[in-house]
Amino acid sequence: MAVIENVSASAMASAPVRRLSPLRTFGRISPAVWTIIALLVIWEVGVRVTHTPEFVLPSPSRIAEEFVAYWPRLLVQSTYTVAEILIGFVCSVLIGVPLAVLVTYSRFADRAIYPLIVTSQTVPKVAIAPLMVAWFGYGVTPKIVIVVLLTFFPIVINSVVGLKASSAEMLYLARSMGANSWQTFWKFRLPQAMPNMFAGFKLATVMAVIGAIVAEFVGSDVGLGYVIQVAGSSFNITRQFGAIVMISIIGMIFFMAMEWAEKVIVPWKSSSSAVGEDH
Amino acid sequence: MNDMSMPPGVPRSTEAHIAISGVSKTFRGRNGDVHALQDIDLDIRRGEFVSILGPSGCGKSTLLMLVSGLVSSTRGTIRVGEKTIKGPNSDVGIVFQQDVLLEWRTALQNVMVQAEIRKSELGPARERARQLLRMVSLQDFEDAYPKEMSGGMRQRVSICRALLHKPPLLLMDEPFGALDAMTRDQLQLDLLRLCADNEMTVFFITHSISEAVFLSDRVVVMSPRPGRVERVIEIDLPRPRRLMMREDPQFNNYMRELTEIFKGLGVFREEV
Repeated sequence: MAVIENVSASAMASAPVRRLSPLRTFGRISPAVWTIIALLVIWEVGVRVTHTPEFVLPSPSRIAEEFVAYWPRLLVQSTYTVAEILIGFVCSVLIGVPLAVLVTYSRFADRAIYPLIVTSQTVPKVAIAPLMVAWFGYGVTPKIVIVVLLTFFPIVINSVVGLKASSAEMLYLARSMGANSWQTFWKFRLPQAMPNMFAGFKLATVMAVIGAIVAEFVGSDVGLGYVIQVAGSSFNITRQFGAIVMISIIGMIFFMAMEWAEKVIVPWKSSSSAVGEDH
Repeated sequence: MNDMSMPPGVPRSTEAHIAISGVSKTFRGRNGDVHALQDIDLDIRRGEFVSILGPSGCGKSTLLMLVSGLVSSTRGTIRVGEKTIKGPNSDVGIVFQQDVLLEWRTALQNVMVQAEIRKSELGPARERARQLLRMVSLQDFEDAYPKEMSGGMRQRVSICRALLHKPPLLLMDEPFGALDAMTRDQLQLDLLRLCADNEMTVFFITHSISEAVFLSDRVVVMSPRPGRVERVIEIDLPRPRRLMMREDPQFNNYMRELTEIFKGLGVFREEV
């Protein structure tokens, strides 16, 4: 701290307003960002030095150009993909969480349904995608179904784990207070389950993006998956990269939104821990 | 603590607050039945501090669960006050070895959960919650989350939660068992102070001989499995209890007596 203070002292003298020295700004950026920048530079230089043709591997600068030029179309196509992701995810939560509650509270459901949910995971859902197109056509429906199929599992499993995480003592305590099952659920079990449930939700956001894109590959005339397919059939690798960048941005925003929601709804998991002195 | 006001016509010394008679508990296990408790007879007076002392696996905790009504006995009856215990008895406060604090609630909110579940008036309950936290020196930690507190602080919050609704009976299952020795000393003093200010019977499970002697009016010695009441010893030490009393000859006589009993039971084996 003191060293940085000294280094920037001369710069500070000329600047009347106190602001961050360049050195400190440099240090504030996450090391991961520097890694990404380094990789992009290596990629750019590598492509230029080896004269790699654009239809094999376009340079990052070319991809950026294409991304900007094709931006209006990408944006329009994104709305379809984003809609599929969001509707599918919400449906998955609306089905998955109540099902997890059922499995937690009903011994029958726990023994009759839960094992089926777990074993159903051995079926690769991507393989079902063509079947969905055959059943539901080329519209949005089969994409939403695929998203639900992919996101459903992490949501149910993590919710069940969370809801079953209440210790015997905690449930004894609730009963000794005279809590009814409704109170036990809302005041004890559900809050206890929230961190696990969010772990499931975050995993589901990643799966939702995969599901929507794969479903669009199989049969669609809209969406970013469709853009990739069409660009691929005309060897427009640069445009494919542009769509991939767009998909990544969507995935990242979705994931970060979920992390933000977690911080708001489950603040006790992220708040700083400072163990007090016993007295 | 002894000169507390009682309902008229109820002499303190004769009224049994808890009457345990002929209670046995058998758990059915895969490798046959486990006899946790056998023919327990025990009367506990109103306002009395009774420790149940015994080695691990003697069924002490089971006895506490039976008194709370959260677990039912195989044989015998338990009466608490006027009621014969058949289901969960919500007229108690319970403290476990784990503090079982709700991680998503602050210290004050953790104490208040008791009032919320019981649908008590929240205003007066909050006042009492603050007062309880003040009594265990946690007034500056009302808004702290459990993860921000030490083990001793967390357990004190859990004791406050158990006392919020002024229960006539406090059940404690090795509440200080997970704490370091010094924190334990302090919490014992905190507990005694809370007991002096709240008229209640305390049913205290422990496997520490000195803890039982230091806190109790009577110590109930349990034998190893199947758990039986081996002996009941009156602790005739003045109150309020002070830490230095543990150095008194009288205190050490009780310690010696209890240690001899456990040696007789084969709990301790000393090489010659």
